[in-house]
Amino acid sequence: MTELVTTPLFGIILTLATFWIAELVYRRTGFILLNPVFVSICSIIIFLKMTHIDYAAYASGGKLLLFLLGPSVVALALPLWQRREQILKRKLPILVGVCAGALSSIISAAGTAWLLGGSHKVVLSLVPKSVTTPIAIGISEKIGGIVPLTAALVVLTGCIGAICGPEFCRLIRIRKATSMGLAIGTASHGIGTARVLEEDRLAGAVSGLAIGLNGLATAILVPLLWFLFGW
Amino acid sequence: MLQGLVLLFGFQFIGELLSHLFALPIPGNVIGMALMLVALTSGIVKEESISEAGELLLKYMALFFVPAGVGVMLYFDLIAREWLPIIVGTVVSTFVVMAVTGWTEQLLGGADD
Repeated sequence: MTELVTTPLFGIILTLATFWIAELVYRRTGFILLNPVFVSICSIIIFLKMTHIDYAAYASGGKLLLFLLGPSVVALALPLWQRREQILKRKLPILVGVCAGALSSIISAAGTAWLLGGSHKVVLSLVPKSVTTPIAIGISEKIGGIVPLTAALVVLTGCIGAICGPEFCRLIRIRKATSMGLAIGTASHGIGTARVLEEDRLAGAVSGLAIGLNGLATAILVPLLWFLFGW
Repeated sequence: MLQGLVLLFGFQFIGELLSHLFALPIPGNVIGMALMLVALTSGIVKEESISEAGELLLKYMALFFVPAGVGVMLYFDLIAREWLPIIVGTVVSTFVVMAVTGWTEQLLGGADD
């Protein structure tokens, strides 16, 4: 029995089954707080805690599914290519928007945590939270943040964007597909993008573009701010 | 389908290789996406050859994030220690970024296409 749990089969079937049910529930109810990614993550964590199964046992299968994220990011070239004309028409607003977003992310994340009494290391760990995981980890390492905390916050940030990104954008009158895609992709990287792709193809394409652009902008801005202010 | 998978994994591999060789701060899959875009633009790769595999991966992209999220359980202690600045900082900043980015793009791009 215990041997079966440590084979990759366990992590794969647990993830697939949980996500399948979570998506069914989401489609039936249409309730945005029941975002399938968020619900699946919470359900699997509760299940593992209750059954006292090690994260490592789950991860042997989980990491195989996580691995497919790589080619999926490459596949984001597809919607970008299909919507190239609409995107190129707005290339300047897109570039300026991402840079403004990257700067506001660094300042607002570190600023809010600092105001609420966060320790130096925690404040630094929050700096790259809007950037896709591999870039965020690299930045956190470089500036002296707690790398695992950064990785956890990247996921949390993604879930926030996926759960309420489109609704929040409509609320604050961001209606255009390109603006909404850029906003959610810049704020909440791939997890937000996955939700946007379901809503609108053009917004999803721009959101995918924003993952790369924001990663680049943040990777350049952080050392620059470090040099200017020497925090 | 197979041809598409070969191309998608192949471009990721080239991206990882470039990221590693030049010690770039950008992950290999993002470089792979940029290269794929160049390949589609220049006609080296035809849209039809990657569309079947690509659409399938895009459809289930959300699922692939779940295992990464479950990893959060390893750091509950860390988050519990300073939960207020961590949680509030993350939530507030995420909404600020969406507003700043979306409004900037919308303002500069005009109301209509």
